[in-house]
Amino acid sequence: MPLLKGTLAEALKVRGVSRREFAKFCSTMVATLALPPQYLAAVADALQRADRPVLVWLEFQDCAGNTESMLRSSNPPVADVVLNLLSWEYHETIMAGAGKQAEAALKRVVQQDAGKYIAVVEGAIPTADGGVYCTIAGRTALDIATEVCTHAAACIAVGACAWDGGLVRSNPNPTGAVGLQEAVPGVKVVNLGGCPHNVANTAAVLVHYLTFHEMPALDQYNRPLFAYGRLIHDQCERRAHYDAGQFVEEWGDEGSRKGWCLYKMGCKGPDATYNCPTVRWNGGTSWPVKSGHGCIACASHRFWDAMSPFYKPLPKVPGFGVDVAAEEIGWGVVGGVAALTAAHAVGSVIRAKKGNGDIQKEETKPASPQS
Amino acid sequence: MARIVVDPVTRIEGHLRIEAQVEGGKISDAWSSGTMFRGIELIVRNRDPREVWLWTQRICAVCTMVHALASVRAVENALGIEVPNNARLVRNIISASQYIQDHVVHFYHLHALDWVDITGALKADPAKTSQLAQSLSAWPKSSTAYFKGVQDRVKALVESRQLSLFTSGYWGHPAYRLPPEADLMAVAHYLEALEFQREFIRIHAVLGGKNPHLQSYLVGGMTTSLDPNEPQAPLNPERLDFLVQVAQTAKTFVDQVLIPDVLAVAGFYQDWFALGEGPGNYLSYGAFPQGGIKDTARYFLPQGIILNNDISKVYPVDPGKVAEYVTRSWYEYAGGDQAAKPPSEGETNPKYSGPKPPYEFLDVDKKYSWLKAPRYEDRVMEVGPLSRMLVAYASGQPEVKAMVDGVLAKFKAPPTALFSTLGRIAARALETQLLSNHIVGWIEELRANMNSGDLRIHNGEKWDPSTWPSSARGYGLFEAPRGSLGHWAEIENTLVKNYQIVVPTTWNAGPRDAKGQRGPYETALLKTPVADPERPLEILRTVHSFDPCLACAVHVVDARGRTYARREI
Repeated sequence: MPLLKGTLAEALKVRGVSRREFAKFCSTMVATLALPPQYLAAVADALQRADRPVLVWLEFQDCAGNTESMLRSSNPPVADVVLNLLSWEYHETIMAGAGKQAEAALKRVVQQDAGKYIAVVEGAIPTADGGVYCTIAGRTALDIATEVCTHAAACIAVGACAWDGGLVRSNPNPTGAVGLQEAVPGVKVVNLGGCPHNVANTAAVLVHYLTFHEMPALDQYNRPLFAYGRLIHDQCERRAHYDAGQFVEEWGDEGSRKGWCLYKMGCKGPDATYNCPTVRWNGGTSWPVKSGHGCIACASHRFWDAMSPFYKPLPKVPGFGVDVAAEEIGWGVVGGVAALTAAHAVGSVIRAKKGNGDIQKEETKPASPQS
Repeated sequence: MARIVVDPVTRIEGHLRIEAQVEGGKISDAWSSGTMFRGIELIVRNRDPREVWLWTQRICAVCTMVHALASVRAVENALGIEVPNNARLVRNIISASQYIQDHVVHFYHLHALDWVDITGALKADPAKTSQLAQSLSAWPKSSTAYFKGVQDRVKALVESRQLSLFTSGYWGHPAYRLPPEADLMAVAHYLEALEFQREFIRIHAVLGGKNPHLQSYLVGGMTTSLDPNEPQAPLNPERLDFLVQVAQTAKTFVDQVLIPDVLAVAGFYQDWFALGEGPGNYLSYGAFPQGGIKDTARYFLPQGIILNNDISKVYPVDPGKVAEYVTRSWYEYAGGDQAAKPPSEGETNPKYSGPKPPYEFLDVDKKYSWLKAPRYEDRVMEVGPLSRMLVAYASGQPEVKAMVDGVLAKFKAPPTALFSTLGRIAARALETQLLSNHIVGWIEELRANMNSGDLRIHNGEKWDPSTWPSSARGYGLFEAPRGSLGHWAEIENTLVKNYQIVVPTTWNAGPRDAKGQRGPYETALLKTPVADPERPLEILRTVHSFDPCLACAVHVVDARGRTYARREI
């Protein structure tokens, strides 16, 4: 059976996706990728003509959060369209076959489609004690990741654990867990951090790949800039309250009912980059700050150790000068915040475009003010 | 004698391996092994107990939030914190929606393909499928044209050979027994359920910012402040209206799609009422407090224990009687591996002694799993929806009694039929219906509180660690969708000293103990027929009926006796 199975246009027809749904999907993707609107036609056209590459989804030391995130996205039904964009051949949590039949499916992809398929990895990879802390079909995660990823055309690490080892790697890292890039050093990985990943971004990366035949512009951590280039704080719906010196002082207080800034409750938004506030979750319904809890910087590098304790306010506040600690900030100290925007402009990147939609990767300075 | 290995067991969370011995077409012995280990309890040590829920929640995202709730409860128990009534309600609404979403996904996306042959749907007559659907339910998507449309999509899928994730299924296996029309109806509902769960879980986005991994729990309450007059309040009249609107879709879907489907599928597989019986002991910690957390008598789902399949008696639960064996698990106890240890004094030193990977078979005569073997007074206990429904039934909870009796009457079956693979599936479906009957009422209760001026959502008396004693111990119990969950926390000088978790799938999927008693999966698989050892569909049926969650099940409790290298700062 051939593993490249017809074009997307055919696939969409088979799955009953209407032209209207498809157009809506394309425009959402163009917006997420921060491409100018004139790219819409190019994306739609390229997607319709694209061959459907084979995708395999590997799960190692994971909680299935990235899988679940994919299944629970909606409006537009990104997961549906993603399923249609790709020939999804292996994914333990949802595939019909088990045991031998499941492993045969994976083997078939690696053998017959070497160099052409996309490998998505979820979960950390244990390296201590010969890798015995995660085995599937009697093989170690490291063994499987090495074989599958070195034969892939592209590798995508979804979620914090697959990117940098995530929670599993946190001190004292009992299993010697690392992310995919470190576990299999030879392969080129696009890292989609977050706990879990936001599937809107993952879909956008795949769309970019299918349209332009390469991955989008990446930062120093190999994360796509369109998703990880801007500070949460600069996109936050509660930002005006920060600027006005209006803070939640205690859980459940008047400020918490009025949607005031969560900085004093430990919010890491001023030190974290991600498009979480704009893309949001579950069909754009909400994001953590909207439900009243501070950001925990889940898309930042090694965030579990680096950003905890999570209820301790950030020691230095950008815009207030280095000597001002949380307890000193309040109604009286609101000057100088305008400087913040300027400071972060260093981190924002203007994507240079060459002809034919070819996108040039640029070196970027870290967006984090503490880096 | 043939040894069958199923690894990976798919359509579950995490990494599970089953080895089974088959004699004369039936399973004569079975071994259940968890093959992944992370060590999260070790990782949360020396951290702020107020944030441990964020860490433990990452144990699992399929049953996301259950480890968050159990964790804040454990810390609240240790520090003597009562949460405000509104926080109790928000927690109950989140939990109820988790049950509903989880159970629907389990039936359609993780379990249905064990009973439904997708390729069978091709042979169905859409007109007859429509008749079948309309005879079972008032669900509007039931016309001939609708089923013809679904069938055309499946046909195109099969003909284009683009089966993707369905490629490797056991299609055409002799154990599939649904008529083609039922196959087609189920396939249509598989797709509809995908859509339903995706929209329904927006309740969690409102109450927790996102799903998976909600972010609104606090030790002492929740972050979701409520205010009838504030447009930016996390909860206000508009957002409560949205919650009610979404919650109502659950009752319609469960009443008109899930329940009729489960009953219809069960009708064709009634022999599975006699297969898959577990150890016969059932545990429920109880769930959904209707008052204070300690007022267990008023829990919506009652706490209790049933022994030896005797539903005439319900015994009380004492969490102090829980203990774990590592005799056949890849850990060692300092005082030897023969005696069990209670989680409050737990000790786990991981020590792998299985075959060097890559391997073909485990050495099942020795240690063979990353799961420990929890026992209650040395008894093997089954946990999950079946246990909860049996405890509620035996406790005389009127609504549960009526529901269960209704199903038994439909199949002219005695209550003992519940001790089975199908019994687990039926109990899970009934529990989904039970909660979908009540979730809207709980949201309205929250609204009534808000309108009456009760805006309390967090008890901050003990938020500041300087108010804490120098040491404290506590536990938090919860019935996760998959069964009884307990977190045990020990706090010293404002940090976590020790943290221990005993999880539903550890109860159900755990290995043998010092006495050689099999775990519930291992017991339930005995006597299961296996028509084709190359395609062991029947094993999946019984294992999936428990709804395994292996990421939850494997954990380190304590590293006493083993020093870990500090690999990272």
